Amino acid sequence: MMKNILAERLNRGWQGILTMPGWLHLVLIIGFVTILPPFIGNYWTHVLAYVGIYVMLGIGLNIVVGFAGLLDLGYVAFYAIGAYSYAFFASPKFGIHIPFWVMVPACAAFAAFGGALLGIPVLRMRGDYLAIVTLGFGEIIRILINNLDALTNGPQGLLRIDPPTIGTFKFTTPTHFYYLILVGCLLSAFFATRLNNSRIGRAWIAMREDQDAAALMGIDILKYKLLAFAIGASFAGVGGIIFASKMGSIFPDDFSVMVSVNVVCLIIIGGVGSIPGVILGAIVLIGIPEVLRAVAIYRLLAFGLLLVIMMIFRPMGILPSARRKLELKKED
Amino acid sequence: MSLILTPELIITQIINGLTIGAIYALIALGYTLVYGILLMINFAHGEIFMFGSFAGYFVLAWFFQSGFTVQHVILSIVIAFLFGMVVSSVLGIIVERLAYRPLRNAPRLSPLICAIGVSIFLQNIMMIFIKARILMYPDVFPEGTVDMGSISISYFQILIIAGSILMMAGLFVFIKKSKTGKAMRAVAEDKDTAALMGINVDRIITTTFAAGSSLAAVAGVMVGMYYSQIGHMMGFVPGIKAFTAAVLGGIGNMPGAMLGGYVLGVAEALGVLVLPAQYKDVIAFSLLVLILIFRPRGIMGEVVAERA
Repeated sequence: MMKNILAERLNRGWQGILTMPGWLHLVLIIGFVTILPPFIGNYWTHVLAYVGIYVMLGIGLNIVVGFAGLLDLGYVAFYAIGAYSYAFFASPKFGIHIPFWVMVPACAAFAAFGGALLGIPVLRMRGDYLAIVTLGFGEIIRILINNLDALTNGPQGLLRIDPPTIGTFKFTTPTHFYYLILVGCLLSAFFATRLNNSRIGRAWIAMREDQDAAALMGIDILKYKLLAFAIGASFAGVGGIIFASKMGSIFPDDFSVMVSVNVVCLIIIGGVGSIPGVILGAIVLIGIPEVLRAVAIYRLLAFGLLLVIMMIFRPMGILPSARRKLELKKED
Repeated sequence: MSLILTPELIITQIINGLTIGAIYALIALGYTLVYGILLMINFAHGEIFMFGSFAGYFVLAWFFQSGFTVQHVILSIVIAFLFGMVVSSVLGIIVERLAYRPLRNAPRLSPLICAIGVSIFLQNIMMIFIKARILMYPDVFPEGTVDMGSISISYFQILIIAGSILMMAGLFVFIKKSKTGKAMRAVAEDKDTAALMGINVDRIITTTFAAGSSLAAVAGVMVGMYYSQIGHMMGFVPGIKAFTAAVLGGIGNMPGAMLGGYVLGVAEALGVLVLPAQYKDVIAFSLLVLILIFRPRGIMGEVVAERA
């Protein structure tokens, strides 16, 4: 009997949590994540911070893939642009030391510019061509980084990159960066949500669902594709600068094609077009392998298998986008 | 660059380019065949190529150790090729059956992600199996060159170029003349109608994967013998290059894939004359971007609707 009552109570409590208004969920989750670091120690804080960078990348690429429906397999290029731009302007390499906070918008702009530059020639292409050209672009950027020794030191990488500072306070410990990345994630999620619900976001959705119909409705397809590309890239630029400042040194190998593949996969695993999905996807794809480092040799094996199984049994992702449901409800 | 561009050097590089191009072309055909029928990028094709190469390696290494290669060089090479083809075909069929078939009507991103998963899975299986070593292909092919003035072509280059042309001609005849080939073309055109005409679509798709995979295996064994080193990551770059070649020629178009392979190989080989060798891949991808800007359907591609 006691057990039943307990179960009943728990169940009611759970139902209560589920039926709470959405913003309360958000507050609860953010609160939980905020108080986490002291309890979990440096290693886990580091792992979560790493997951957080991928959340930012995922949110950014989600704009390109999920909102606008363009498959970009070279997203790492913009991440690299962000990271290296910061390293050029805030390391002993050229003796320039521009503050982190000035470089954040600058790196976002550089990456967006890179996105537009790539976008102008390639956005006329069909989906699969676009995928492979962007894949090629990502590789080109990596090869350039690897070989332009005068600028990037090649495989030796750029070292002693300045950490962010506020007044005299320096970001040094994993916990500091944890909070920096948390703020980054929250802002990214906020911007992405606002974008999705804006006129631009609706244009993207229309374009994704039916490009010809959208064009007939007066949407300038090329302009909106370019916009998606540039805005998505700017998120990666910010992710890149945070990564560079956190690591303190960056190497060409940090920007391999696997980064792009990981980000695309985490979006799809989480649920295309859904921001909670991106977060969950990053935890599953980036966090869990990190935890499994002990069995490193089987880690990627399991990763590959997981992708296959997910696609077969839950192709819409773990937390699919709510937009479909929303649209259906409105029609009732 | 201190290099002097003599005509001999250029011709030598063109021959080198054709050799690599032949390999790209063989792999590219697998991409194009699958794409033509399923409209999916078989991202794991590079790994199928890798498995073919390893299968050939194990046969050759075994023959080499037992001394069989001393008397029967040609026979052991032929067996290595055949074994590689069998292993890759079986692998291609298994992958299609287990990973791609359940997704045949899924949204277009799903099969691609699934293929990426298969690719990572296969790479790591092989890595665990060979303990991440680099293996040396046994050196069994007779050394020697055909000399014409100051230009020399090695026997092996001749084998690669001639062998690939032979394989491709065989595939071409198979697709154009045989009943199965006709069925493949019908399925590529319209799966549902083909099924109504009594074609077993599943079986045709299986055949397509087997054919593409065996060509990849041939390329794999050739690469192993040509570069003499193989590793579990060897499929990635040739895979992307071959896909580039397929797109270059016009994806879904078989002669296009062959042409794309040769064009890419020669362009890379000539590009190395004017640019440092590290930029070889940059040349390949830049070529791809340029072609797609000025001729989006590829060199020989048909016009395909934006939304397939």
